[in-house]
Amino acid sequence: MKFCEGKTFCFRKPSILSYAAVVGKAENEGPYGGEFDEVIDDNKGGEDTWEQAETLFQRRAVGHVLRKAELEPDKIDLIIAGDLLNQCVGSSYGLKDYYIPYLGIYGACSTFAEGLLLSAALVNAGYVDTAIASTSSHFSTAERQFRFPLNYGGVRTPTAQWTATAAGAALVCSGVKPPFIRAATVGKIEDMGISDLNNMGAAMAGAAYDTLTRHFRHRASHPQDYDLIITGDLGQVGSDLLYDLFERDGVDIRKYHKDCGLMIYDMKSQDVHAGGSGCGCSASMMCGHFLKRVQSGELKRILYCATGALMSPTMVQQGGSIPGIAHCVEITSE
Amino acid sequence: MNISNEEYGELAKKRSPGSRMYKTLPMAFLVGGFICTLGEALLNLYGMAGINKDDAGALTSMTLVFLSILFTGLEWYDRIAQHAGAGTLVPITGFANAVASPALEFKSEGYVLGLGAKMFVIAGPVIVYGISASVVYGIIYYIIGLFGR
Repeated sequence: MKFCEGKTFCFRKPSILSYAAVVGKAENEGPYGGEFDEVIDDNKGGEDTWEQAETLFQRRAVGHVLRKAELEPDKIDLIIAGDLLNQCVGSSYGLKDYYIPYLGIYGACSTFAEGLLLSAALVNAGYVDTAIASTSSHFSTAERQFRFPLNYGGVRTPTAQWTATAAGAALVCSGVKPPFIRAATVGKIEDMGISDLNNMGAAMAGAAYDTLTRHFRHRASHPQDYDLIITGDLGQVGSDLLYDLFERDGVDIRKYHKDCGLMIYDMKSQDVHAGGSGCGCSASMMCGHFLKRVQSGELKRILYCATGALMSPTMVQQGGSIPGIAHCVEITSE
Repeated sequence: MNISNEEYGELAKKRSPGSRMYKTLPMAFLVGGFICTLGEALLNLYGMAGINKDDAGALTSMTLVFLSILFTGLEWYDRIAQHAGAGTLVPITGFANAVASPALEFKSEGYVLGLGAKMFVIAGPVIVYGISASVVYGIIYYIIGLFGR
């Protein structure tokens, strides 16, 4: 098959007007605790089921975005959202009461970057004035859909990652205040042949490498041109593999690289094995931590590359492997 | 991609840490051993209470199963299991946990389509193949018996 270079979208107009993160108790006990807009200590959030709780997380995140932007839902032209659950119910049930035109997307844990990218493109093109990108994930809903019941005494392998109970949302519009979305590269589906359900990092690292290298090439930039290159949730295994892949090209990205999966939890004291994961992991780290620093000018130019493992238990049980995807969004303060 | 899947697979294997067996094996041995010792103690206690050996055996299993389900409901079992590994998985307590945990988890989808349908989602295969194996064993035993006379 011939190599497809793809295109990097370059934007002039879009900026992020407001952003918010809602996290659970364990996420707030991590190193960046206190930076999030809301902490829901009870992971069920007072709801009857875990799925209802996840919808609550996402509803609250969008609620905070609207509040911070001082806008009513009827002033929003579009909401682009997705999550890990079957039929993306975290988003559809979570957002239905806002009555905002809605596009559901699925990009596994890359969903937030996908939403930001699409929002920025539509704002830049002038089809919409305001668009919200939103996503959520919940440890308990993901476990019971993809793995085992919560109270089952199976042991997680050292390469397994912990799905973050978190939601993040950002409002993109045409604006003059930072953070600005300057460019974005759509990822390709990269199947590296990994079939271990408990090694998502390895399944995703190839996709991150491909998207990042294409983005650098198209923008005529190098890793050192960015203050930070932030990957979604490669975790320890995926991050190491990403370094290996770049090292083959003689490029060392270690100095500029951060992985939200390695940041959201305390890797020593919180028993999360290879790190955090889930759509809400990088969404909440971006909306809780990084975007603030771009807004203040502390970070001038960052690359947010959210990675997703397009994993289906059914396909893996039928002998298939796990394709990965990564979309990257370039965010600047000026 | 400028790397083949085989080459990447090798790289991924190198970067994926394995289980720390120096830690997991002794823990499994200790906790699994403790559960079995508890079983022996219960058997002896029931024996001392004047219960015959067969009934004492059944009562021992029932007590362990009960404790396992109680611990599962209290959300203790999986926490212990994170450290105990196969030590809590292999004994009869692990089987009870494998039935009780989906029953609790899927109660939210109702008693029939949730709890009832999903209860054996983990333990089901063990029962299916356990019973199948016992039938095969029985047939072999029967045939050998025919020639043995």
